[in-house]
Amino acid sequence: MRVVVDYDLCESNAVCMGIAPEVFEVRDDDLLYILDETPPESLRDRVEEAVRRCPKQALSLSDD
Amino acid sequence: MIGSVVIVGASLAGVHAAQTLRREGFDGRITVIDGDPREPYDKPPLSKQVLLGTWDPDRIVLPAAREDLDLDWRLGEHAIGLDLADRFVRLGGSERVGFDGLVLATGAAPRQLPGTGPLPGVFVLRTLDDCLGLREELDRGPSRVVVIGAGFIGSEVAATCRERGLDVTILEMAEVPLERALGAAMGRVCAGLHTDNGVDLRLGATVDGLIGTDHVEGVRLAGGEIIDADVVVVGIGVVPSTAWIDGSGLTIDDGVVVDETLQAAPGVVAAGDIARFPSRRFGQMLRIEHWENAIQMGEAAARRLLVEDGSDAPVYDPVPWFWSDQYDRKIQLAGHASPDDEVRVVHGSVEDRRFVALYGRHGTVVGVLGMNRPRQVMQLRPLVAEGASWDEGLARASVL
Repeated sequence: MRVVVDYDLCESNAVCMGIAPEVFEVRDDDLLYILDETPPESLRDRVEEAVRRCPKQALSLSDD
Repeated sequence: MIGSVVIVGASLAGVHAAQTLRREGFDGRITVIDGDPREPYDKPPLSKQVLLGTWDPDRIVLPAAREDLDLDWRLGEHAIGLDLADRFVRLGGSERVGFDGLVLATGAAPRQLPGTGPLPGVFVLRTLDDCLGLREELDRGPSRVVVIGAGFIGSEVAATCRERGLDVTILEMAEVPLERALGAAMGRVCAGLHTDNGVDLRLGATVDGLIGTDHVEGVRLAGGEIIDADVVVVGIGVVPSTAWIDGSGLTIDDGVVVDETLQAAPGVVAAGDIARFPSRRFGQMLRIEHWENAIQMGEAAARRLLVEDGSDAPVYDPVPWFWSDQYDRKIQLAGHASPDDEVRVVHGSVEDRRFVALYGRHGTVVGVLGMNRPRQVMQLRPLVAEGASWDEGLARASVL
């Protein structure tokens, strides 16, 4: 799975970081950084939860 | 095993309940009823991007509502009654929709200004239709917008109107806005955002009535002063939408009362703004009107319906979280704040409008408030989840 961020939508609420800090990090510049674009399957549940909980619906997963 | 589920309310909680039922393998019939005829949509942008005019309403359709979940949609139809004994929901046209499991997710409706009837130019903001009606008036370039109520919705509308270059007056009955939600000190900080941005903020202002016959022309304050207004937005809170289940036998007390597994009666669960649940974490009944809670609670309520033996049902006890975007500031609160809590700024500064504050009660961290500090709020949110001591909270905040 590959994590895709729509940076036009992302408003750095950092919800994703709260759910899966291994993958998502909002830094002091208030921007979201993806630490692991292709996270391991073991993180799938949490990454999917982060996608569902994004208040701006700025996250998605692709399966390539 | 239940064979059919009816979900009343097709907003966040209801739609996520439907999605969760399917994810958990439920393959019976799911009927989703909502009086709003529109494809289910996300509401936070209604006071921001859609009201500003930068987003087309198409952009706010809920993604989960467009998934192929095999749902029986009954949009534009009002549920008007519930019969728990014979297990059916009555629709406006007197049709009955039977169920084995029921999800109550009808949300809440804006409180109307007491003593006033409908008057063109006066708006509440809850639905997309409310938003589009208000937007049309704002597009005409009113010379002044009066917002009644400096809560989160009123504050966001005021910020959006300022971004449109409009003159804005906010009338707030309390001496400190948001005091009940954030306490007096932080309420004053939030009030400062409005004055920073050129809003005429009137505190301790009691509205006596509206002026105008064909269209609103102003607002009269107790004491007689009249504030001219071409548009008035009323943001004085919401009332849970429970009228349709009054007398059904369910316990209604500022919302539908549920147990800590979200069950209101056998096979009946509630989620979102309508549901009042006992929070173990905070030791009190809570009814949460937040976006994230609607999703989480909708998911949890759906799973509760699928549990055969209630003693196995998980307890719902989240750390609430919400955000509010106003001007160029993002306010976030994780946890639950009360006016009597101890409040300490632990990071950044209030003057810079970039800070984090902790809320403490009986020596425990109960809330984390941030202004333009989303990273730190999320880093400290676990303090509330863990029920960390105040000293522990201060120590962890000091090394951010």
